[in-house]
This record gives sequence, structure tokens and C-alpha cells, in this order.
Amino acid sequence: MGNVRPVLIVALVALGCFNLCYGGEEFSEELLLRPLPDRKVLAHFHFESTTPPTKDYGHHHHLFPKAIYQLVHKFRICELELSFTQGRWNYERWGGSDPISSSNAKPPGVELWAIFDVPLDHVDATWKNLTHTLSGLFCASINFLESTTAYSTPAWAFQKSSGSLRYGALPREAVCTENLTPWLKLLPCRDKSGLASILDRPAIYRGFYHSQRLRITSNEFGSEGIEPGIDLEQTLTIVVQPDDQRTSMSYSSGKIQQPDWSISSIFGRKISGTCVLARSSSVFLELESTLVSELNKVGVDNAASDGDITFPGFELSVAPVRVIKERRSSSVLFEFSVDKYHDDNPLDIGVKWKHPVVWSCVQAPFQANRFLLGSGNERGSIVISLRSTVSQRIFVGDEFGDGCEVQVVIFQVVPWYVKIYFHTIQVFLDGQLELTSAVIEKIQVSPSEDRVSPGVMEVALRLPCSTMSAVITVNFDKGFLHIDEYPPDANQGYDIPSAVVRFPDIQASSHYLGDNSSLDSPILSKFQENNPVLSYTEVLLVPLATPDFSMPYNVITITCTVFALYFGSLLNALRRRVGEEERLLKQKAAGKTALLPLILSKLSSKLRVRSHESHKSASPSPLLSNKLIMKAILLAGLAVAWHFYFG
Amino acid sequence: MCVRTAQSKNSPMATTDAGVPSSQPPNPKPRPIVRIAMFLISHSALFSSICCAAGILALFLLPLLAKNTYVSENALMPGSANPMFSNHDTMEANRLVKEIMDLKLSSGIAGIEISNLLGKYMTERDADVYHHNFHVQKNQFHLGNFFSDSSYSWHVKENRSCTQYGINTVAIIRAPRGDGKEAIVLVSPYNSTNIRLSDALSLGLSYSIFSLLSRVNWLAKDIIWLAADSRFGEYVSVAAWLKDYHNPSFLDLDKSDDGTCPVSHALLSRKGQPTTAGSRLNVFRRAGTMAAALVFKVVDGKEETKDTLSIYAEASNGQMPNLDLINIVNYLAVHRQGLHVKVAKLYSVLNAAWLRTVGQIFEFIGKTAKSVNPQWGFGISAADYVDGTATLASSIYYQALGIPTGSHGAFRDYQIDAITLEMSPRSSLYNEVRRSDFLLGGGRLLEGVIRSVNNLLEKFHQSFFLYLLSAPSKFVSVGIYMIVFMLLIIPLPMVAASLYSGPNERESSARTNNENPDPAVAIVTTSGSKSCKWLHAARVVFVVHLWSGMVSLIPYLINQLPERTPTACMLVWVLLSFVGLIILYCIAGSPYSYKISHQPPDREWAVLKAVMISVASIGLGLMSIINYATAQIGAIFMVPMCLLAHPLKHAGTAGKLRVLSLTTSNMVLAVIGFPPGALLLVKGWLEGFDGVSFGDFWIWAETLWTWNSATYLYLVLIQLPCWVLCMHILLHP
Repeated sequence: MGNVRPVLIVALVALGCFNLCYGGEEFSEELLLRPLPDRKVLAHFHFESTTPPTKDYGHHHHLFPKAIYQLVHKFRICELELSFTQGRWNYERWGGSDPISSSNAKPPGVELWAIFDVPLDHVDATWKNLTHTLSGLFCASINFLESTTAYSTPAWAFQKSSGSLRYGALPREAVCTENLTPWLKLLPCRDKSGLASILDRPAIYRGFYHSQRLRITSNEFGSEGIEPGIDLEQTLTIVVQPDDQRTSMSYSSGKIQQPDWSISSIFGRKISGTCVLARSSSVFLELESTLVSELNKVGVDNAASDGDITFPGFELSVAPVRVIKERRSSSVLFEFSVDKYHDDNPLDIGVKWKHPVVWSCVQAPFQANRFLLGSGNERGSIVISLRSTVSQRIFVGDEFGDGCEVQVVIFQVVPWYVKIYFHTIQVFLDGQLELTSAVIEKIQVSPSEDRVSPGVMEVALRLPCSTMSAVITVNFDKGFLHIDEYPPDANQGYDIPSAVVRFPDIQASSHYLGDNSSLDSPILSKFQENNPVLSYTEVLLVPLATPDFSMPYNVITITCTVFALYFGSLLNALRRRVGEEERLLKQKAAGKTALLPLILSKLSSKLRVRSHESHKSASPSPLLSNKLIMKAILLAGLAVAWHFYFG
Repeated sequence: MCVRTAQSKNSPMATTDAGVPSSQPPNPKPRPIVRIAMFLISHSALFSSICCAAGILALFLLPLLAKNTYVSENALMPGSANPMFSNHDTMEANRLVKEIMDLKLSSGIAGIEISNLLGKYMTERDADVYHHNFHVQKNQFHLGNFFSDSSYSWHVKENRSCTQYGINTVAIIRAPRGDGKEAIVLVSPYNSTNIRLSDALSLGLSYSIFSLLSRVNWLAKDIIWLAADSRFGEYVSVAAWLKDYHNPSFLDLDKSDDGTCPVSHALLSRKGQPTTAGSRLNVFRRAGTMAAALVFKVVDGKEETKDTLSIYAEASNGQMPNLDLINIVNYLAVHRQGLHVKVAKLYSVLNAAWLRTVGQIFEFIGKTAKSVNPQWGFGISAADYVDGTATLASSIYYQALGIPTGSHGAFRDYQIDAITLEMSPRSSLYNEVRRSDFLLGGGRLLEGVIRSVNNLLEKFHQSFFLYLLSAPSKFVSVGIYMIVFMLLIIPLPMVAASLYSGPNERESSARTNNENPDPAVAIVTTSGSKSCKWLHAARVVFVVHLWSGMVSLIPYLINQLPERTPTACMLVWVLLSFVGLIILYCIAGSPYSYKISHQPPDREWAVLKAVMISVASIGLGLMSIINYATAQIGAIFMVPMCLLAHPLKHAGTAGKLRVLSLTTSNMVLAVIGFPPGALLLVKGWLEGFDGVSFGDFWIWAETLWTWNSATYLYLVLIQLPCWVLCMHILLHP
């Protein structure tokens, strides 16, 4: 953060009061396109709005969305990040250590975290109110994060925080256009003009990955902030596969040709001008360092001139305004300015590949996967496996040399009905069981409490760089839910939200060649921030024991019958006292009792004899009773038959 | 309960005999439920024979009572979408088939090459591909291996040899936009050492389905395609993969033989791959919880009329997959692809004349009933009846055996619904024109089933696991087939109670006739001696059950012997069991050693029989929970044996004909009730008595315990002691 702010200030000073600058409020729109190794294309929209602090500027804004401003002030938010994601980011193929993948690859569903500037005992209440507000604002069920079982307080593994950070995730939330529309409403031009106008809904939701993100950074309340104000960053990251006729034909040739694509072939629309309120509006096309080196290999024959960066492997339909090179890894950015284009002359950047190119993305030092072991409804274990990305060994080795170590921080929230036994943590390095104390540098757990709080596990591991695979296993028992806690039907199971794996030693940042004034673009300054590499693991599905709710009638009837029979006979056996009855009978027979009881007993015995006699006369002989029973059975049989064939 | 009824029954008799009815008020009548119980017990012989007969009759009625299947879970929506599988896909399947067959021709052993080829094809489809090397382990009899899941113990595997390695090739399609929590598994087994055209066709068809699924946009669950190397058996390869999926060992044991086996070398040194691909191909990948699995095979069956689909569903210990899975396959196969669907039948039953007669009787009854009232439509034709009975019999038989009928059984051990689909074409597989039609039908069927399962938001409907199939589209649910078992098992406690209280009654009445005026004394003495007698009988039963427990463990010792033949093993088993029984009698006393002077011996065996019967009924009841079909078949043998057991010496009180029939039936049941005897008889009946040998039972028992079948436990722990006790009663002095 610290490195960026001077840059921004310089940029602000340089700009002075631009003609489109509304007294300090700024809005910028940018789009970054990047071809991916598996014939897909990444499109990353980046919209940023900033506003000066209230004490200088007042409460009224021209550009900055009022909803966000009010939100920040009401809940005293320092930082907030909300993401809606559909699909999974493929860390192996789409990269894992560049700024886009480590800050824009998000777990499926909704993820929300926020840091508040309120007293610690007010944080929970503020969080609850915030979830409800966001829920209304974005048409999503974020309000489910209100319950204490759904969110947690990471101490150090997620971010360095002072206890006022809250983190929650809803893996099951379905993300669709009803969440995108309110998100677009926060933009000053909405999707009527500018870059957002190419956001064709079917094109976005047909893709392989789609993540919309909203990040608020505010320094309204902090005293030490250098640049107070509110910064709203909205990004939309999508991965789409361009339709291409040639790809299906070229399977047999072995090497797969990259598809040709253009903005219009991906989105079905062309960029027709800027949003007039935007300070800057530009499109970038990024070629990764590995791709650049592959292209250079291809281009050796064609002898490309040194100074001019045009790759022989492919051609662009529009000439870039300028070309920016990365300082370390030599990846290349082509910049296109939208200013020149308008309705009659829309911008449609297209890429045409001349040769088949195969490359792989820059990955994080370890690829994290998480899965469940065991089967059945009783117990199991959660496994987080970290697998070294072999080809990227140089990447780590360069910085640390021999005997180096990589720090890995894992943050995992587990719902209460998955009862984790933290003492069963085992760590295997390269197939050998290691002493937990030797590998784990720091661990902090907060066990779950039934129906109150989830279990939180924060682990910092220190692994030698030569480690090929590291496996962490934890055993758990599956809990039982109350009858009202089950969903109404045969449910699929319960989700464990993604775990977060961070590599604090490794920075996901790109530093571009060129002076600061030329790199005034917000998206580039974002990329230059020093953030640790971050990746998310899979969401897990835990099947819990589910009672058969579809047969309540049978269950209720059988249990009631069994209980009635059981308690009836039990009560009878307990209540009857055979000895006492016999004694009473004898007493009555002897007749040696006091006057009043005598009369009473006589009366009662008379009554009893009478009733008994009447009963006796009515009671049939054994033969008769047999007949009666046979009749009853016959009748019952008839009734059953009747029911079966006519019922 | 029995004690109380006996007392309450005794006391009025005693009081009337004492001759003071007027001075003592008569006891209140017992409650009606008690009276019904007393009535049943006193007429137990009648009721038990009625119940048994009704049970057997109900068993034969089951094909009539079978209901038509229906898709219970609405979310499945089978056949609601048009199939996307087209002729283009069959061409792709044919391309792979051709390449595999060429590979076979060019290189004699096509083991590793096929999996490499499959890996190449899968990679082209943007799938996550890996090779799973597994080591074949022969299942041995292990103490306490039954019902135990070895998921939390890391077995140290010894003496792995390179020759016992198999390679599964696995590919995973990640559903675009899916969350990756669930997966559908498609298994296509192939014999890598000797690949046939049918195997190649099943691989080709699976591949074309897979490549279609990698293009579709409706996928919500990941798709795993497992090309299982079945050179050591289909089940082994699938089970090995499932074990590594669910309970892997993280301890690296392969390190020692890394590089020594040619298999791993061959896989690593693949040409034309990017540098990282080699290592990537050995990483075991996963895709969430499995929702369902389909094992798909093509066989060269040469059917007469139509392309045929056979469904196999029975997993270990009579567990069945959810009926909805069979329903959607049946629905799509019959109504969409026009295939002929088959489930397994017992063909020996199909030609039985007596069964046809039974069918004709039922048909006649049904017709008569229909003529009386047209709404009574329970009659089915005799042919249908015989067919249904044959299917039902095989359904019960395979469930009772407890051995899975295919590699789908491995999935059921992890609570995953799975079935095997076996397709056989009308014409020869080499007929290229017909083949593409066949592939088109098969492909559309598989696509439809996968799409249906993919539609499932929740789980399969819960209460659809306990059933017997009487046709691909007819089933008998648990509510109906339980009646048969209940009818068979109800006589057991009834007869036990009557045997227990019967001698008592006669005894006390005999005593009162002996002018013993004090009823209280009589009750006390009888109850005292009764409990002693009961204890003695219980001890005998306990000793025999203890012995049966020993017998069940003896095979573990025999397995340690070197150079064993089945006959020798069987001999050793029988001998050891016999010696064990004698030793136990020496320690605990034989059942005939204990004599009560004032009790006639017939009381003694009656009490022994009562205890035996009650233990047997408990055993059967427990077994019905573990494996219903085993308990069902066991009850048919055991219930008559238990009920009719009578000492041969004491039979001579009634008429001659009755004695003769009782003795014969006892002898016959003594042979049938003995598990090896029954097996040898059935085997002799089916295959002729020439091929039957003494060791057959050993071989059979060995298969049972290698498959962890609870039927073995049932036979040795419930049926065998019951038989031994019956023998005791028959030979009672």
C-alpha cells in the first residue's frame, strides 16, 4: 500500500484539475485481456472511483456512488471486499502467482470480509448490520453470514488485523445477472457507455469463470492515513472460450492452434467510446513472460528487429498506443486508448495467431488442493495437499538460493457440524510423516462450538524449497443436526468453504518499466502493489446422515405404535401388584375388617360379584371364543382384500 | 411373560381342584392380549404350520405382487432433453477403436501403449489426465476383516512385484461454472494384455461420450472417466482406484521400487509431451464426492432380435443401488433407444415344469377373479409368471450370496450408487455399418443417463434401496417382501413359548392329580426346577455357539498351511471342528451328561429345543437386517428344521404313518439344513453328481470370505449351530 500512495499523489498533482475532474472525485475504467494457454481468454474489467475525505469535500458527490459512501460511514468500514464468483479458477492453467490470479481468483459463491473502525465489542453487531445491508444492495443472501456459525475472526492467517476483521463465505450462493445489475449501477455510466457497455450478459455467463468483486478502502476514520478518502475498486474477471472453427479441426495435427479472437467475437459488441465521466479509459492486452519467450523462439527465424516489439507469432488488428514491458519477468502489455474511438469507429481489438504456440502459466510455488477422505456418515478427514509446481522451481530458487524455505499460511473455516480434532493434525512431506512441531511454525485454532461458532484453523508451515509434496491431514467426526436444521428433502450435503493458502514470502506484483508519470493507470498501480500470493482451495461437500423425511407417516405410525405398546405394558407391569391384590381378596374373604371398610368392601364386592356375574354370563365359552376369533380373522381378511383391490 | 401366563393359567386350575370355589372370589380374567397370546401358544402347532405354509405361498405370490417401477425423483427428468450425441461422435469412437486395434496388430503386447494412447486422446479434450498405477493384492481371510473398514489404518504393503502392476487411465472434465463438489464416474474396463474388439469398442464409445461432455455447456458435476485396466479382474482395478481416491496412503512406499519397474519408466519417458506433462500424469487428482457411477461394457453377444442392454446391480452383501438409477437407464433404453433390457435370470428355474403349473394355477385364479369382478386385475400370464419368478429368484440369489455381480460393487462399498451396463449388439461387432448404429444408440443412452444424474440437485430418493427386481421394469419393495420373512419367522417364538410352557403345564397338572393339595408348593418347585433346566439348555446352546465361532475362525489357520488342496482343506476343517466340539464337551460337559432325576427326558429336549429356536429366531432377525435375502433363504431351510426337530427315539407315541413321516422329514431336513450338504445337493442337481467333490464347499466358502460376504458368517454362526443342536435333539436318548 505504502508504495502506491506516493505514486497516486504524484499522479494527482500531475493531473491538477483536469477538465473531467469533479473537484477531486475520479473515475477510471480499464480492461485487460490476456490469452490463456488452454485456448481461452481472460478479460479483466477494472473500474475505480475515488473521493476525497468528507472533512475537505463534504457529503455531496458527483461520481462516487452514494450507497457506498453511506455504507462506509454508517458501518465505519476501513476495508471491505465482496466477491461473487461462479466457476473455479484453474490455478494450474490460468496461473497462480500473478496479481490477477492472486487477488481476483475467488472461491465459488460469495466471499465477504471487512475491517471496521469500531470498538472491538461492537464489531459483531456492525458485521451483522453490514451483511443485511449488502444483502439488500446486491440482491444476494449475504444475510446468511449474519449468524455466528457462518463467519469467523481470523487472527493472522488471512490478513494482518487487529481483531476487527470478520470473514465469511457462502459457497452455495448462486451468482447470476441479478447480482451484476446492482454492481453495474455503482458505475457512473452504468453499462450505457464506456467499457462496461460491452458486458453482454449471455457472453459473460457462458464463460468458464466469472467473478465480480467490489473492494472498498477508506481512510476516513484513520488518523495516520496519508491519502484520506474512499477508494472503490470494482473488478469483473471472466474467462471465456472464443468460438473458433479451426480448433475443432486441428486436433489430429498434435499441436493445437490458438483460436483467433477479437472483442466482438467474445462479447458480441465493440467498444464504442469512453464513458465521458472517466478520467482514463484504456484497454490492455497482456502477454505473459512464458508466452513472450515462446513467441521469441518462433520469431528467431523471422529475425524481428530488437527495438520494435512485434511478435511474428501473431498479429493485432489494431496498433497499440504503446508497449509496456515488465521489469522482472519480461511480460508485455500493449496499451490501447479508447479516447479516439466512437460509435462510427468502434474499437475491436483482435488477435490472429500465425503459428501454434504452447506455453504454460506462471504458477505459485505450490499448488494447493483439498479433498475429503473416508466414506460413510460417521467420520472422515480433510486433507490439504500442496504439490510443488516443478517447472517453477527456478522461480523460488533464484530468490533464496540453496537451503531456502517457503512459508505457507493456511486459513480454514469449518462449520460446527464437522467436528475437527485438531490434535490429529499430521504432516507428510514427500511421503514421510514429519513431526508436527518441526514443520509447523505457528498454529492457532479455535474449536467449534455447537450451533454457536465454526472451527477456525490457522497454520503457518515452513517448508524446504526442495519439497515436492506436502500433505496435511485432520480427522473429523460428523455431527448430528436437529430436525429443523435439515433442509426439507434428501439434501446433497453440506459445504465446507474454501481454505485460503497464502505464501507470504512471495509477492504477486509486476513492476513495469517506465517512469511513474507514464504509468498513471490505476490497474497498473494495482499490479505493482506488493501483495503475497494467495490461492483458494476447492469447496468440499460433506454428506451428513439424513433421516428419511419422505416417509414421516410411516415413521410416526411405527414409532407411536411401538411406544404405545411398550409404555402400556411397562406401566401395567409396574402398576399391578399381584401380591397386594391377592391379599385384598383374602381379606375380603375373611371379612374381619372394621365396620366402615366392611360395608364398603361388601358394597364393592357385591358390585363386583354382580358385574362379574353379568360379565360371566356374557363371556363366551372357549369354543365360542374360538368361533369369534375365527370370525374376526375372516372379517379382517375380507377387509384387507377389499382394501387391496378397491382401495 | 411366559412365566406369568403359566402361573395365571395354573392358579385357577389349582383353586378349582382345591374345592373351595365359593369362599374365594375368582381371579379376574387375564387381559385380552394375554389371552390371544395364550390361545396362539396353546395351538402353536396349527398356527405355525399355517404361518409356514402362508410364508411359502407368499414367496410364490411375489411375482404377482410386483409393482411397475417409476422414477421417484422428479429432478432426474430422464429423456427430457434431445440427445446431442451424433454420427460425428460415432466416427470419433470408430477412430479410436481403429487406432487401438492397429496398436494391437503392430505391437503384440498393447498394455502400456493403450493407456498412453488413451492419455493422449484425453489430454486433447482439455481433461485432467493421470495414470493410476495399482498393485494387485489377493484378498486373504483375515480375522475380523468382516464389516471393518480399514480406512484409518495405513497398511504396510509387502513384497510388491512389478508383474502385479496395473495401470488405470483416468481423466476428469471439470464442469465449466460448476463448483466441483460432485462428480459422475464412467468406468470402461478393458483387458490391456489381450484387448478384444468389444473392449476397444467400449473404450471408443466412452471416449466419444467423454469428448461430447467436454464440449457441452449443461454440465454441473465433474465427469471422471476411468479406463480400468482389467487384466487382473475388473473389480480389482476399480476397487484399487476407489481405495486410493478415498483412503490413500500418504506414506511413500513406492519409493523403493521407483525406477525398477518398467511400468513407471514407460509412462515417464513419453515422447512429444511438454516437460511437465510426465510428472503431471502421475499426480492423483480428485473431483469431489461421487454422485453415481456407470460401468459400461460392450460384449459380443449376438442377440437374436434387438440390441440388448443387460443391467447388473447387486453389490456386496445384498446392497443395491438406488432404484431410480436403474429406472432411468431402463426408461431411456426402452423408450428412447429401443433396446431390449435384461436383468439376470436363473435359467434353470425357467424351464421347470412345476413352476409353469404354479403359474397356470395363478393365471386361472386371476381369470376367475376377473370374471367375477372385472376390476380385480391381479392375474398375469403363466409365461410372465415363470419369467418373473426366474428373475426374482436370481435377484434373491445374488443378493443372498453377497458377492457383487460386477465392478460396480466396489462403488457401493463407498456408498456410491453404481450399476453395470453391458451392451451386446444384434449383429457381429465386425459389421461396420451396423456398428455405428449400435454406437449411436449406446452413446445416446449413456449421454441421457449422465444428463439425468447431472440434473440431480439433491440426492437420489432415500427409500429406494431395498427391493427385488422381478423384471427390468418391475420391482418388489421391502414392504411386500418383508411379509414372507415375517410369516416364516413368526412360528419360531410361538413354538418356543409353547414348548417352554407346555411340559410345565402337564407337569403341574400331573402333580395335582397326585393329590398334592398345596398349589403354592407346586408352583415353587416347578419354577425352581424350570429355571435350572432352562439354564442347562442355555449352557448347551451357548457351548455350541461358542464352537461355531471357533469353526468360523479355523480357515484362518488352514490358510497358513502350505500346499493345500480344497479337499484336504475341507477335511482338515471338518476334522478340526469335530475335535473342537469334543474338546468343548469335555470341558463344559456334554448335553446328555446333565440329568434331573425327577424329570422325564422328553421335557429336557423340549426345553433345549425351545432355547435353540429362540436363539435361531434372534439370529435370523439379525441377519435380515444385514442381508435380507440371506435371511430369507436361510429361513426357508431353518424354520422347518427347527420346528420339526424331534428325538427319533421318542417318536413312537402317535400313529405309525405320522411317525414315519416325521422321521423322514427330519432326516431330509438334517441333510438339507447342513450347509455343505445343501450346497453339494444343489450343485449335483444343477451340474450332475459326477463333478461334485468334497472340496467344493471349501472353494465356495473361500470365495465368500474373500468377498467379505456376511453369508459366510450366517452359515457358520447361525445355521451350523442350529443344525448341530437339531442333531442333538434327533439323537436325544
